[in-house]
Amino acid sequence: MNTETHAATADHHHDDHAHGSLSTYLLGFVLSVALTAVPFWLVMSGALGNKQVTALVITVFAIVQIVVHMIYFLHMSPKSENGWSMMALIFTIVMVVIAMSGSVWVMNHLNSNMMPIHQMTGTK
Amino acid sequence: MSPDLLKLIFGRLGIESLPLHEPIVVGTFVVVALGGITLLAGLTYFRLWGYLWREWFTTVDHKRIGIMYMILGIVMLLRGFADALMMRGQQALAFGGSEGYLNAHHYDQVFTAHGVIMIFFVAMPLVTGLMNYVVPLQIGARDVSFPFLNNFSFWMTVGGAVLVMASLFIGEFARTGWLAYPPLSNIGYSPDVGVDYYIWALQVAGVGTTLSGINLICTIVKLRCPGMTMMKMPVFTWTSLCTNVLIVASFPVLTVVLALLSLDRYVGTNFFTNDFGGSPMMYVNLIWIWGHPEVYILVLPAFGIFSEVTSTFSGKRLFGYTSMVYATVVITILSYLVWLHHFFTMGSGASVNSFFGITSMIISIPTGAKMFNWLFTMYRGRVRFELPMMWTIAFMLTFVIGGMTGVLLAVPPADFVLHNSLFLIAHFHNVIIGGVVFGAFAGVSYWFPKAFGFRLDPFWGKLSFWFWVTGFYVAFMPLYVLGLMGVTRRLRVFDDQSLQIWFIIAAIGAVLVLLGIMCMLMQFAVSFLKREQLKDVTGDPWDARTLEWATSSPPAGLQLRLHSRRSRQ
Repeated sequence: MNTETHAATADHHHDDHAHGSLSTYLLGFVLSVALTAVPFWLVMSGALGNKQVTALVITVFAIVQIVVHMIYFLHMSPKSENGWSMMALIFTIVMVVIAMSGSVWVMNHLNSNMMPIHQMTGTK
Repeated sequence: MSPDLLKLIFGRLGIESLPLHEPIVVGTFVVVALGGITLLAGLTYFRLWGYLWREWFTTVDHKRIGIMYMILGIVMLLRGFADALMMRGQQALAFGGSEGYLNAHHYDQVFTAHGVIMIFFVAMPLVTGLMNYVVPLQIGARDVSFPFLNNFSFWMTVGGAVLVMASLFIGEFARTGWLAYPPLSNIGYSPDVGVDYYIWALQVAGVGTTLSGINLICTIVKLRCPGMTMMKMPVFTWTSLCTNVLIVASFPVLTVVLALLSLDRYVGTNFFTNDFGGSPMMYVNLIWIWGHPEVYILVLPAFGIFSEVTSTFSGKRLFGYTSMVYATVVITILSYLVWLHHFFTMGSGASVNSFFGITSMIISIPTGAKMFNWLFTMYRGRVRFELPMMWTIAFMLTFVIGGMTGVLLAVPPADFVLHNSLFLIAHFHNVIIGGVVFGAFAGVSYWFPKAFGFRLDPFWGKLSFWFWVTGFYVAFMPLYVLGLMGVTRRLRVFDDQSLQIWFIIAAIGAVLVLLGIMCMLMQFAVSFLKREQLKDVTGDPWDARTLEWATSSPPAGLQLRLHSRRSRQ
């Protein structure tokens, strides 16, 4: 392979996979450290007072953390891999939501319909 | 050696693990051992070990791996079908105080092994083998994306199959039914090694299946030849893509469920127990989240095969290509929304059951659209009744019956009457044999000349076809009748003498299918002997249009020994 074609394929390669630069990696690193440290601090200091609110806030931070990882470390964007990455992500989210919410729905109904009265745990 | 060391090495394995008290198993072992010794001696005598090791066992060629998958599927079909014959024999005999010839311990293993083998080690290898062989050729790729991984996936599948086979002679297999529901499969009710064999066989084979799914998705997405856009892909490649997406999305669920069951058994967790917050119903829920996509994993590639075959043998383009693709994609998504129809009776209540009943009925719509596409492809075509087309027409007639009983079962009130009855057994054999097995056979007879350079002998093929199709109807229509009369599945003995005639008819059907299988083996042998007469020199013996037929038969990279030998003479 001569150098010209090599350069061409390298360019092509670069277009296909949007690799990060040092600054995006650093930004991702700072963000993920912050998103880890803040929930720790919330739990350890009890700053919010209410345990349920704290759990909710931590969950939100975890979801943002997932998004930060996908954007800065897995280089996901609507354009990466000709859109296949995004399509795979959407499909995965749909599947996970179906499986988890469906299971919760099904098990909740099973619980309220099938549990012996003395073991009922308060649903309905 | 000290008893402690022995215990460390062998665990629960001891001389009492050998089922010497079961004359049927001992007899089987003698036959298998003699056959195995003959095979090994033959391989040694003809000095084939080096050739097999280099050219087949360690190959990374997708074509050879595909062929090895097909051989695995056919070998395991013989084992799974032997189990089926034993069950049909037992049920035909065990009336009016007779205990039949299988004790309960053995019979329960037989029906469990039959289900596990037929789904995981017959249907899956046949489907995976066809995809492995055909997809790279159809998209103009040199091989799959990760050829070494492909070989690894194959041997993982073989590993699972070997474990199931070993359980016949060392220890025992699960006695739980093919999905091993707890609490029966938990340590309290199944303390023996049977469920452990089950778990490890499926875990090992499941990893192989998942990796092969990743491999084929990557191949289809990344390695298509220039100009082949998604909507120009052959329909078989489309259905393969959707099947492998289903594999990658659903097999991890199976892996996790079985891992949780292992934890329950080995370290005393309580995921699926009745106490300490565990729920066996969660196991049923989770395993069907894998289980329902699994049936579409099996049948989608078969739909692809029928599409290729119908188009080729009608001499027309496939009717409604775009609708076929969208129907496939819709089935892929919807197959995740119907799992509860396997356990309507568990008690989720009216609202949940209605939702899943309706989604189950909706999923029959894209399947029906496909059926009309095939019919319109045949309409005004010049239909040639070659063997692949015969399997396809048998599929269309049979699968529609299975589909109708399926929609019937999707109605929750009807399901409360028919749940776990022989009607259900008849229904799923109706769709799996009529859909997947007929599809695999259509695919084998269609692509055989591509793989080996000669066609299959039509006489023995047609004989096999007629035995299989009539055998199927004779074996399973009585089960519909019995199911409607309320006979449940997995029974070993019966009291009501009036039912016996139906079981005898079903047993006759099983014997007809046996003749079909023997004719099929005969077909392979006869075709090999007559390979000069049946030779395909064109590379396109059926006048087909997809890309794999533009290569020589067999395609480059698969130089079978018989050809190289002949050229040297």
